[in-house]
Amino acid sequence: MSEKELGQKWDRCLADAAIKVGAGLGLGIVFSVVFFKRRTFPIAFGTGTGLGMAYSNCQNDLRSPYLVHSNATKEQ
Amino acid sequence: MLRVCWKGANAAARNCLCGKVPVHPLQHCRRYTSAGNSGSAAGKIVAASILTVGGGLGGTILYAKWDPKFRANVEKSVPYSDQLFEMALGPPPPPFIPMQKKPVKAEPLQISSVSEASKDSKQPKAKSKAKEKQPEPAPVDPKPAVEEAPALPPQTIEAEECHECASHEPAVKERPGEEVAARLAQQDKAEQDALAALSFNLEDTLGFSAKLTLQAIGAQEAALTAIGTHTHRLREAMDSEDPPDKKSAQWRELEDALSERTRAVDQAGQSLLQAKEQLEKLRVVINGAKESKIEAARPQILAAEENLHSMIVDLDKVVTKVQAAQTEAKIVSQYSELVNEAKVQFQKELSSITPEVQANWKGLTGKLSADDLNSLIAHAHRRIDQLNRELAEQRVREQIRIEAALEQQKHEHQRAVDSAVDKAIQHNHEQLRLEQEKKMQEVREVMEAEMRTQLRRQAAAHTDHLRDVLKVQEQELREEAQEALSSKMMEQETQHRRLAQEQLDSFTLDMNSAYARLKGMEEAIDSHVVAEEEARKAHQLWLSVEALNYTLKTAAADAPTEPLEGAVRTIKESCAENEFAQALATALPDESLTRGVYSEASLRARFYGVRRLARRVALIDETRNSLYQYFLSYLQSILLFEKEQEAPPTKLAAQDLDTFKLLAYATYSIERGDLELAAKFVNQLHGESRRVAQDWLKEARLTLETKQVVSLLSAYANAVGLGTTQAP
Repeated sequence: MSEKELGQKWDRCLADAAIKVGAGLGLGIVFSVVFFKRRTFPIAFGTGTGLGMAYSNCQNDLRSPYLVHSNATKEQ
Repeated sequence: MLRVCWKGANAAARNCLCGKVPVHPLQHCRRYTSAGNSGSAAGKIVAASILTVGGGLGGTILYAKWDPKFRANVEKSVPYSDQLFEMALGPPPPPFIPMQKKPVKAEPLQISSVSEASKDSKQPKAKSKAKEKQPEPAPVDPKPAVEEAPALPPQTIEAEECHECASHEPAVKERPGEEVAARLAQQDKAEQDALAALSFNLEDTLGFSAKLTLQAIGAQEAALTAIGTHTHRLREAMDSEDPPDKKSAQWRELEDALSERTRAVDQAGQSLLQAKEQLEKLRVVINGAKESKIEAARPQILAAEENLHSMIVDLDKVVTKVQAAQTEAKIVSQYSELVNEAKVQFQKELSSITPEVQANWKGLTGKLSADDLNSLIAHAHRRIDQLNRELAEQRVREQIRIEAALEQQKHEHQRAVDSAVDKAIQHNHEQLRLEQEKKMQEVREVMEAEMRTQLRRQAAAHTDHLRDVLKVQEQELREEAQEALSSKMMEQETQHRRLAQEQLDSFTLDMNSAYARLKGMEEAIDSHVVAEEEARKAHQLWLSVEALNYTLKTAAADAPTEPLEGAVRTIKESCAENEFAQALATALPDESLTRGVYSEASLRARFYGVRRLARRVALIDETRNSLYQYFLSYLQSILLFEKEQEAPPTKLAAQDLDTFKLLAYATYSIERGDLELAAKFVNQLHGESRRVAQDWLKEARLTLETKQVVSLLSAYANAVGLGTTQAP
């Protein structure tokens, strides 16, 4: 169902965001702990990276129907 | 304060109540007093009403007494009033119409009443009608002699009955001949009976009177003879000079004869009286018979009268004879008395002169002396002288007496003659009357006979005439009948021929028509078969379409229907030769065949979700599709307030292509059940909203398509079905 698509997208988005943020956080924490002597910037960096990646993914996902592909133009 | 008020209110209420209480006894008193007054008033009213009613009743009764019509009216209208009237006034007066007397007497009166008709002008048509019924023609009889019809009541009763007959005209109208004849026969019989009775009576009395008369006559004759013998004996006794013993015997005989005579005379008188009585009775009976006026009894009556007359005559004769004899006897007795007296005188004288001489001096011859003889002779001479003188005197006196006697005799004779003449006249009169009656009777009979002969002649002439007329009529009728018969025969023949021809024609016509009908029937049957086939097919198509329709209904909420493939296949099979149906069946979208379609209700329900989503992503299209735009779009959807439903205009303008507007229109349409219009509006969506609604649109399109095709099919099936079914 086309109407469910958006919802599904949002679910993916959220899930993805959760994972990415979590992963970023984790990595940040790890890096902060391992490499950067518990400074907070790797956490923030990691969270931010994760969030940014999630946002970008989400947006991409949401945009995907409007993206014109080269092969599609060829077919047309 | 409340309590005070409460108390005050109570007191006020109580005052009111108490105030009312003393009013009641006053009212009662007033009622009692008014009752007293009203008592008298009521009495007055009662009295007045009684008076009025009584006056009304009395007035009614009086007026009813005076006016019988009013009485009849009241009796009719008020039940039981007739009893009251009868009690008060007696029975009602007799009705105006005369009583229904049996007009039996009307019939036998015909012969006389017809003659009365000439006299009595009251005779109505009933009489004439009844007259027509009479077997004999009864023209107005001029002869009054014929009036003596049998059993005629007196004229007054006749007239009365005629009047009644007049008033009962309809009752007398139709008299059957048999009744008339019966009545006549009855009348004749009655007449015969009366006649028989009368004649019997007459004969009886006649016989009786004849017997009595004979008896009387006999008695009279016996008396006559007795008187005769007595007279004779007396004369003999007078004249004879018989010795005393014979004389005494004679006197005894004479006495016997006298007693005999008296007896006979008495007997004769009695029998005469009886005979006279009987004759009177006979006369009365004859008069009665005459009054009864029976025609046939006439001769008998006449004979009776004659007998009576003769008897009377005989009686009279005999009576006169007896009277004559009686007078003679009286004379003789007188003479005998005189003689006896003279004899006695003489005897006395003789005895005075010659006392010793006995009465019977004839026997004495030698006993008498000369003195006695001389004295006797002297006495005798003296006596002779005396007697001579007496004789002379007597002669003279005789002359005078004779004259006187003659005169007397003449008178008596005259009287006797007169009486005799009267009697003779009477007898003659009677005789003449009898003869006249006889002659009348004879003449009547002769006339009757002649009339009969004339009537017979007339009847004969009439019959002859009738015969001739009948012959002529017969001839005419025969000819007519013959003519009619022949014409009828011809008619019948032509009719018969015509009918035969008609029959033939009609038969051929029928045959032709039957053949044509047969043909028509066959064709009809064939076409029927075809039509039935068609109908069957249509029916099948319809059924399959119905099945398809039914499958459409199997859509549950949010689940599609069953795949329509089966039903479509059925359709395709059932109407293989129906191109239209085939085309339509193939026109169904494959999705519906394989997967089925959603129902409108589910689409409706789904639409709301779609709408919400579409609103949320209203701003997103190809150019704006970042997350920020998404956020803005969400915000917009939250903050934008608008009507959920809006009636779509007939023409879409450019500004109507706004998502929200479109969605409003679509909502409106879908709320009104117009899926198509909603789908159209949804189709106008752009960007993400469109993408979101895409599936829904597709489903809607599918559903609509399928529905359209199915409706077409069903319409087609209905049309075909309607076309094939024949209206009754």
